[in-house]
Amino acid sequence: MRPARFILHRPASLQEALELKARHGPAATFHAGGTELLVALKARVLRYEHVIDIKQLPELRHIRVRTDGTLSIGALCTHHRLANDPLVRELLPGYAELSEQVANIRVRVAGTIGGVLCFGEPHADAPTMLCALDAWVVLDGPNGEREVPLRDFHLGEFSTAREDDEILVSIEVAPQSPGTRSAYRCFGHAERPAVGVAAVWSTDNPQRLSLWAGAIAGSPVRLPQAEEAADRLTLDLPRNSVWQNLRDSVAADAAGIDAHDDLHGGADYKRHLVSVLAQRALEACLP
Amino acid sequence: MSQHIREFPLMRVDMTLNGSAASVDVEPSELLIDVLRDRLRLKGTKRSCDVQVCGACTVLIDGLPASSCTTLCADVHERSITTIEGIAKEGKLDPVQRAFIAHGALQCGFCTPGMILAVKSLLALDPHPSEETIRHYLRGNICRCTGYVKILEAILDLVHNPSRYQTETP
Repeated sequence: MRPARFILHRPASLQEALELKARHGPAATFHAGGTELLVALKARVLRYEHVIDIKQLPELRHIRVRTDGTLSIGALCTHHRLANDPLVRELLPGYAELSEQVANIRVRVAGTIGGVLCFGEPHADAPTMLCALDAWVVLDGPNGEREVPLRDFHLGEFSTAREDDEILVSIEVAPQSPGTRSAYRCFGHAERPAVGVAAVWSTDNPQRLSLWAGAIAGSPVRLPQAEEAADRLTLDLPRNSVWQNLRDSVAADAAGIDAHDDLHGGADYKRHLVSVLAQRALEACLP
Repeated sequence: MSQHIREFPLMRVDMTLNGSAASVDVEPSELLIDVLRDRLRLKGTKRSCDVQVCGACTVLIDGLPASSCTTLCADVHERSITTIEGIAKEGKLDPVQRAFIAHGALQCGFCTPGMILAVKSLLALDPHPSEETIRHYLRGNICRCTGYVKILEAILDLVHNPSRYQTETP
């Protein structure tokens, strides 16, 4: 398979990239790691006359802590970089661990976090965890910069809140309270997860659980009954009885997910996986 | 033809290929695997799944593995590329190659170039990987012959007894 011909542009700045996109409109696409785009171009599922390579844009390459403690991750950061970055490993160890588990080493080295989010493929790992972390994205476009909570970013399969002429600049995660643990567990028989579950659990007072399932529907879904049940738990529960107190709520949440039979498994099987993976993720969060 | 050249201008790609400077003029849509195999006649890089799952087309870009089937050649401008043809030094096989031969860690050999390059990059990142680390790192390199046992044995022996593979297999 080979892509159809296109013209490759190499803007040196975010502004120049946005101007190129404005000039060529729907005939142009942005190109970063290529792990999603090039597969689609080769299969001729997508076709563009102009490909705007944004890999070198300096505005999209950072990992830094803002003055208010927010971790800002440039959209061009690869999974491999996120898995090994000292700041990410220190502040968001569950996310760093997830990044090390994405697909295979070649995809981790090339694929960017911005690309995964913008492509909107439901069978991805990072969006689930970033929803559980209550992250938000910064978009820049002709009408200026705006922020969108990740929970509102994915609108369904391959559909996001990003306008076609906007570039995703960064992913932002507010500082986690002390005592917060996070974990992601997934299962799939191919490179992509059939189902993934992310848990972010603050065991400080007040304790608070954020529990999300991904890949099972068009976009990540919250498991609200499990979250509420967790908030009612007393903190001195023995470790092995935590799951017993939560499993009915998780199963009830899973039963309500709009899952469909597909190559990754039957809908019932995937709802079952939500419970299995939620247990693993939650137990990984326990001290 | 002239019309076509105006519309889709060629791009000059300067790279370091297996330690030597190399330059090619490519169409922006050309894939690295096609330039390596068809233009530069480096046939050791194999095309198989074509969707970056199997690892047969693995090359190293600046020392890290890449699927050459899903990499634009234009994107390796000013980068360093290593293919399987580039790891023997002065006609002497690389220790990873020697270990694979000594342990019979291949059958048909189609996955072997990608497998060996992946191992090369792993050992550069982590000279003493555990078996678990090796399994994890090679998850994206598929072998349909060996069942992986011999491959793991070869790598573990190389890690634990590197001196065995510093010279040609006796």
